[in-house]
Amino acid sequence: MLSSSVLRSSSSLSSVRSLLTAASAASKPRHDVEGRAPPPLNQLSEHELTLRDTVKRFSHDVIKPLVRSMDDSSTMHESVLKGTFANGFMGIEVPEKYQGPESSFFDAVIVIEELAKIDPSVSVFVDVQNTLVAPLIFTLGTEEQKQKYLPRICHDWIGAFCLSEAGSGSDAFALKTTAKKDGDDFVINGGKLWITNAGHASFFLVFANAEPEKGYRGITCFLVDRNAEGVSVGKKEDKLGIRASSTCPVNFDGVRVHKSAILGEYGKGYKYAIECLNAGRIGIGAQMIGLAQGCFDASVPYLQERKQFGSRLIDFQGMAFQVSEVGMEIEAARMLVYNAARMKEAGLSFVKEAAMAKLYSSIVASKTTSKCVEWLGGVGFTKEFPVEKFYRDAKIGTIYEGTSNIQLNTIAKLIDAEYKAKA
Amino acid sequence: MRVLVGVKRVVDYAVKVRVKPDKTGVITEGVQHSINPFDEIALEEAVKLKEKKAATEVVAFSMGGPKCQEVLRTALAKGADKAIHIEVPDADASKLEPLHVARALKKIIENDKFDAVFLGKQAIDDDANQTGSLIAGILDWPQALYASKVEPDGKYLKVTREIDGGLDTIKVSLPAVLSADLRLNEPRYATLPNIMKAKKKPLEKKSAKDLGIDVTPQTKVLEVSEPPVRQAGGFVDDVSALITKLKEKGFIKA
Repeated sequence: MLSSSVLRSSSSLSSVRSLLTAASAASKPRHDVEGRAPPPLNQLSEHELTLRDTVKRFSHDVIKPLVRSMDDSSTMHESVLKGTFANGFMGIEVPEKYQGPESSFFDAVIVIEELAKIDPSVSVFVDVQNTLVAPLIFTLGTEEQKQKYLPRICHDWIGAFCLSEAGSGSDAFALKTTAKKDGDDFVINGGKLWITNAGHASFFLVFANAEPEKGYRGITCFLVDRNAEGVSVGKKEDKLGIRASSTCPVNFDGVRVHKSAILGEYGKGYKYAIECLNAGRIGIGAQMIGLAQGCFDASVPYLQERKQFGSRLIDFQGMAFQVSEVGMEIEAARMLVYNAARMKEAGLSFVKEAAMAKLYSSIVASKTTSKCVEWLGGVGFTKEFPVEKFYRDAKIGTIYEGTSNIQLNTIAKLIDAEYKAKA
Repeated sequence: MRVLVGVKRVVDYAVKVRVKPDKTGVITEGVQHSINPFDEIALEEAVKLKEKKAATEVVAFSMGGPKCQEVLRTALAKGADKAIHIEVPDADASKLEPLHVARALKKIIENDKFDAVFLGKQAIDDDANQTGSLIAGILDWPQALYASKVEPDGKYLKVTREIDGGLDTIKVSLPAVLSADLRLNEPRYATLPNIMKAKKKPLEKKSAKDLGIDVTPQTKVLEVSEPPVRQAGGFVDDVSALITKLKEKGFIKA
């Protein structure tokens, strides 16, 4: 997924008609409870607050003491892996019928944001499972596939999303992995790169072209178990940030799967990839605002405590104004993320809002973390304080699940379409 | 065994408490609240007994303003089967005393049969440490306070208590009142599936007024003040300088 930097932009692949509906969807009237003002975006429901509290406690008690060693050793500690499953963070929207909590997309946003305040690596580990892997299976899977994967997704199986390749990052549909039909089977050949969670994955969602001559319309999604013959996970990447999250190449060398391993419809893989990545971007937005907030939380008390020239750092106007600006930008980014998530839940089109939320929160995360390192001065540059790690972790936000340029492209095309519709 | 567990809504233990400028209390507006940590331990013990089939039902109880519902929902998410909220207006809630809570518990127990009341040994806000003993006195039930280990034994509870320099093991006959100490267990988190299930569990709301519970304060808070600010220390160059300083200040004999 690192590379799932997808895609030329959703608009080039959707018809103009669907864009028009998309543009008008936001102006659909809200279903209010009579006489009640709409709730503020940042006010959470009772159960959402309880969930946030659980995640906060888990992050502080279990993850926080391990952050530095997990970053140093590029590994995810067993207690963190187990804890995310045990507390129900791994299949948030999975229906009760398949042993899931049957909760909401917004709850996933809460979990991803809250985890990122302490460790963005753990956050992305949970994000991919909840915003890409599980939704693809519970929305597209056959009953048999749901029975097989969904309960395990909630309890002990990690799934990895395999789209990117050496030659296809932003240009995702240029992927070269093939799935050659052989009777009732398909034989998959190709190499995937920068696959998030691959090191821990028990199965893979593999995008492969079953009919290269048909271009992207041949792209099909297959469910492939890790222990299938011909599947191999390569050496973990040595990364700048989110080091505890495993990112590896995955090779498919003549992997034979039955046609029942196709997820959704044959030849629709391109569509599924675009659609789930739209929601995925809200997840990355949530990770980035959590990351920015966590870094800010770790820095402001220091500015209140440290004195130079006889004054607290935060009392110098040059500092105070920077703090205000960053605080404001985090708040603005959070509202973009929350709004996109609430729009998704309300069944409205959220493509533009998701792209904006992801793009802006990654910008804010980069700026916040960079400023925090500066504010803390010498100690901010050391590993004794957590800000340098947040600074490194933030960078990925501008790259995965659609680079910043891809988001700009998507937003621009949608704005163009909106104004064409108005003309 | 049906267990009634008291859960008090208090300012979260991680919050740095600030005193109101008029010194009548501490600032609670916009401050994170949660279940009193000792009550959380009491609840965990009751839920564990239920998981071991030693208890049949766990009912969480809270008395206070409308926001107590939040801690009751959390209690339901942590394994309570039902919740009872005795509501008092927010203005009265801050003046509630252990005796009022004990009287409310008595009303509930009169209306519905319980075999045990589990509470935290004290609440971290007022540190009163009274509710357990008061309810035991009012009901004339035996009490097992500061429990660090609980073993159900038919019609009895065998309870270990940490005392100065050792352990005290007692046996109380049911019905009984039990208060939980810090090391009794480590409470679980409210997991997402359980938070979702908690939404469907019953939460009964009664007003203190309807139940005829008198909440007239008996105590008046005269003043709440911050602890004195600790003076900053100083540095000395070596051990002999330290000894000289200590002698100067009269901490050691010259």
